[in-house]
Amino acid sequence: MTSNIYIYILVMAGVSFAIRALPLTLIQKQIKNRFIQSFLYYVPYVTLAVMTFPAILEATQSPVSGAAALIIGIAAAWLGADLFRVALACCATVLILELFL
Amino acid sequence: MKRATDISRPLLPGWRTAFLEGLRDGTPIGLGYFAVAFSLGITAKNAGLTPGQGFLASILCNASAGEYAAFTLIAAGASYLEVAIITLITNARYLLMSCAMSQRMRPGIPFYHRLFMAFDITDELFGINIARPGYLDPAYTYGAMAVAAPCWACGTAIGALAGSLLPLRLVSAFSVALYGMFLAVIIPPAKTDRVVAGLIILCFAASFLAASLPALAAVSSGTRTILLTVVISAAAAALFPRDPKEEES
Repeated sequence: MTSNIYIYILVMAGVSFAIRALPLTLIQKQIKNRFIQSFLYYVPYVTLAVMTFPAILEATQSPVSGAAALIIGIAAAWLGADLFRVALACCATVLILELFL
Repeated sequence: MKRATDISRPLLPGWRTAFLEGLRDGTPIGLGYFAVAFSLGITAKNAGLTPGQGFLASILCNASAGEYAAFTLIAAGASYLEVAIITLITNARYLLMSCAMSQRMRPGIPFYHRLFMAFDITDELFGINIARPGYLDPAYTYGAMAVAAPCWACGTAIGALAGSLLPLRLVSAFSVALYGMFLAVIIPPAKTDRVVAGLIILCFAASFLAASLPALAAVSSGTRTILLTVVISAAAAALFPRDPKEEES
């Protein structure tokens, strides 16, 4: 099957916007179903966790520096660093470690 | 910070002030986005996107995990349906944030504000919007978007452009910025919520196993993400249902 990049982008954009716009425009009341509420609550954490590991080990030149970035990133986020600082800490960890590896 | 409550006007009086406050609060977020988008741009390039296409995807989608997962699938030659499903799953949290924002809209607010405000719901912009007291102010939201969205799109384009020019060492370092951003989203709630903390550990283990088991390793990583997310989130929702009162954040 030949695929067109612009159609891919259109699909991504359409779905991304629909997800954000539908509740805000249609739902005027609180969602009552407890299972759906709980499911929606857990989805972000599960998706992001699944996508982070073990992928982070393969993103770097050496799995060791990827693992170190994961640990430093968790520690930084745990200690209350914001988005920018956590990302920076991960990058710095890899940069410094790979000078030696 | 004066707040008016005249509901007959499309924008609140003093919208200029709110817009400027949005710009101010959006600036540090935009800087972070720029750095993270740079690593997303490298992924976009690997999936065969030009810098212009990377810019277009980012300015239209405004999603880190969603775009990353979609680019990975595109690189693997996935179908449009697969890309639609992964975009839906990885952005599902914005559905929840949009629900939360719908509870904080000024009654009688023009419909187009709902559409425009929905366009750039991200973890960080949602965070600063919802942190303000009272009804959401569209002008504030637009101010924050005005700086954050271009940073995200330009970062992607420059990442796709410069990713191939940079030394391998730097590309390697930048490529973990995205994961750092993911960690910044999932770790803080784990400090106070044991279920979330346990889930993250379980997800790491399950994801690792799924990538190693021959039967599952054969499916694309995007499809594995969809399967694991639906199964684990549904199990967690059944076993540990949330107390509705806790969701008022």
